[in-house]
Amino acid sequence: MVRLEDYGEFETAWCPGCGNFAILKALKQALVASGLGPHEVLMVSGIGQAAKTPHYISANVFNGLHGRTLPVATGAKLANPDLNVIVTSGDGCSYGEGGNHFLAALRRNIDVTVLVHDNQIYGLTKGQCSPTSEEGHVTKAQPEGNRSMAFNPIAIAVAMKAGFVARSFSGMTEHLAGVIQQGISHKGLALIDVLSPCVSFNKINTHKWYKDRCCELPENYDPEDREQAMLKAEEFGDKIPIGVIYRNDRPAFERKFRTLDEGPLVGRKCDMNAFGKVLDRYT
Amino acid sequence: MRGSIVTEGSINILIGGEAGQGLVTIGEVLTRALIRSGYHVCVTQSYMSRIRGGHNTFAIRASMHDIDAPCESVDLLVALNAETLSLHKDEMSDRGVIVTDEAHDISDDDVIRVPFKDLASKRYYNTAALGIAGTVLGMDEELIAQVLDAQFGRKHPEAIEENRKVLRKSYEWREGAASPLPEFGKLKSAPVRLMLNGNQAIALGAISAGVKFASYYPMTPGTSIILGLVSHASELGLVVEQAEDEIAAINMALGASYAGVPSIVATSGGGFALMVEGVSLAGMIEIPIVIAIAQRPGPATGLPTRTEQGDLELALYAGHGEFPRAIYAPGNPEQCFHLTRKAVEVANKYQSPVFILTDQFLADSFRAVDQFDTGGLSSVHPADEIGGLQKPYKRFALTGDGISPRALPGMSRHLVVVDSDEHDEEGHITEDLAIRCQMVEKRLRKGEGIRSEVIPPDYDGEDESDLLLVCWGSSLGAVKETSQILRNSGLKAGVLHFPQVWPLVPEQFRDTLDAAGDIVIIEGNACGQFGKILRAETGIMIDKKILRYDGLPFTPEYVIRELQTYFPEIAEAGKE
Repeated sequence: MVRLEDYGEFETAWCPGCGNFAILKALKQALVASGLGPHEVLMVSGIGQAAKTPHYISANVFNGLHGRTLPVATGAKLANPDLNVIVTSGDGCSYGEGGNHFLAALRRNIDVTVLVHDNQIYGLTKGQCSPTSEEGHVTKAQPEGNRSMAFNPIAIAVAMKAGFVARSFSGMTEHLAGVIQQGISHKGLALIDVLSPCVSFNKINTHKWYKDRCCELPENYDPEDREQAMLKAEEFGDKIPIGVIYRNDRPAFERKFRTLDEGPLVGRKCDMNAFGKVLDRYT
Repeated sequence: MRGSIVTEGSINILIGGEAGQGLVTIGEVLTRALIRSGYHVCVTQSYMSRIRGGHNTFAIRASMHDIDAPCESVDLLVALNAETLSLHKDEMSDRGVIVTDEAHDISDDDVIRVPFKDLASKRYYNTAALGIAGTVLGMDEELIAQVLDAQFGRKHPEAIEENRKVLRKSYEWREGAASPLPEFGKLKSAPVRLMLNGNQAIALGAISAGVKFASYYPMTPGTSIILGLVSHASELGLVVEQAEDEIAAINMALGASYAGVPSIVATSGGGFALMVEGVSLAGMIEIPIVIAIAQRPGPATGLPTRTEQGDLELALYAGHGEFPRAIYAPGNPEQCFHLTRKAVEVANKYQSPVFILTDQFLADSFRAVDQFDTGGLSSVHPADEIGGLQKPYKRFALTGDGISPRALPGMSRHLVVVDSDEHDEEGHITEDLAIRCQMVEKRLRKGEGIRSEVIPPDYDGEDESDLLLVCWGSSLGAVKETSQILRNSGLKAGVLHFPQVWPLVPEQFRDTLDAAGDIVIIEGNACGQFGKILRAETGIMIDKKILRYDGLPFTPEYVIRELQTYFPEIAEAGKE
């Protein structure tokens, strides 16, 4: 029986009031509710404040390079599909530096859960615009305002028919834990964009700003209706829909490798008899 | 017309035409038939960066004796188009024979003008050319037919019958005709050898050493390493993934390797430039990774389908920060196989990035390789190490040799934590500067182990050389043959070939350098990169350099011509 304590309590380097605390709490709840022990979980992160999350939870950890979470998660999952792989990183890491990997991961639909701590700003580097900062957002580095339009990860993911596309808010911990648990159980890529205030560097998209806007999808909402999902994915204004926006049952990427039907790659040896037969073909 | 200075008893066949004429197909068939007949071969493929048209060649040098180098003079030119005639007729040796279509306007005693349209439909002209070449070389028709069957059997069963018909007609057309070239009939005691090019040998070496995962982004001439892996993926249980870019490729491989699966990436210089950040990551998180770089001329896109040894310094210095690495530079396909195995072993033992530097020439160069004793091949198996681990497990435990015991995530209850930040023994991020220094020293201690396993350079020559030729990587064959030619002319010449170019252990070769009269370093680049490294590590400066950077591989003729600029007396040897 897995308990919350198994995932430990650690001192963090985050600012008081940061949305990351609630995301970490929800993540632990979701893991416990999923019945997964720390040794069955691999946390993959990049660089950024959100990317420090794996250090504050007992689990296997690959804290790699900025933007490179998804390739690492893909390689690890292909090597050992028994691992429950969870990616945690910020909006800059996931959608900026890792943009090409994000698109490729949506196409592959590998069975990993991607938690993007989306605070619409760069926190670790002290407040520059991020890919999800709104147009016109003024920062020290963008004194004339952000000249680019905000990236819409939900719309892109729905357009690419990602397996599981959800949005939640760090201020709604129980909702978030439920969505993460669903993401973990989904057999395919689960993107969860978590709106999360940066108390130090984003004075616009604050806790209150999100709280006033986030509203759960109606009970009769059908996440398998892609046309409706596209419409919901576009909503980001006075109201921001929260919940599982889209899902489908595309087969997970790792299931398309025939050799993985025989079990994980890790632990296998080179079959020298078979290798010898292969060599014969080069004569 | 030119006389041949290269080793007696070899013959050089050049098949030329445009892309799409099937010259590689008949080149491979002829090569395999020669190997099955018991001969040694050295293939040089020269092609343009296009799928149709242009001018491509497939050269096969064949001999009863072991040969590892291409040569320049042509004994049999199979010209599939008129352009090949005009481009290569001046390369013909005194005994040279040209095979071409009767429609091509060339009148010479040594030209076999073939009525291709009478022998084959247009699609099978290459088979007819193959047949004529077979008759000129006195090769066994049935042997060629069998190789053809196997080449087409799987994909185009309908072509088998037609190929055989065309081959028969070609042999009939030449029946009774004399040939000025030596005969290449099947040798009585022909041992079974493998037909392998450098990249196939790297792929097979990796598989045999335990590699089960590869990721890549296509880039000539590295791609064929991956194709070699893909072709055996299902039967030998490999996962090979085409990544969205090279950055993803190396990070994917690191993810797989972290999870316990020995992994390789393959690319060329430009693709490797994108992987550099990942090399540094591998150094920091101490995850094994083998990186095969098939070099081509740069900078930037350079000459995409030609050869060069220009990325040695890139591989050596790639990655920010300081961490140990090893770089192997195989000289032929056999070394590609064994050094890739060594690379996998060293990468896994020292949990470090390890490089294989090859190049387009070697990548595409088929040779006859003696069969490997598969019974004696060991492979790495990281999962075996988990059993003896202590609790609490520390991924980066400080040890005397710097090697920390590896656990694998999900394979035990130990948690495996790695971080690209500086980290403590458990793998968690730290800014404790005392730990920082301990970790730097721990990582560098592994370098001592890597140094203790350095493969010494191979010296070929007498006890002392009046003229010592120093080289590394794929120029091995050309330089060795050069030294043989010089020795045959009475000069005390020797070769020092480095199959591993980093780290260098000067004690292994200082005596050889000190004992030599003149030393010349031979490299396929414009700046003498290895010479610079050699000087930095030994203090010995070799100021006589033979550098080639026109995109073509070294040949004995090229090396001798260049040596003559330093040593005019060598002119005599060259004229032999």
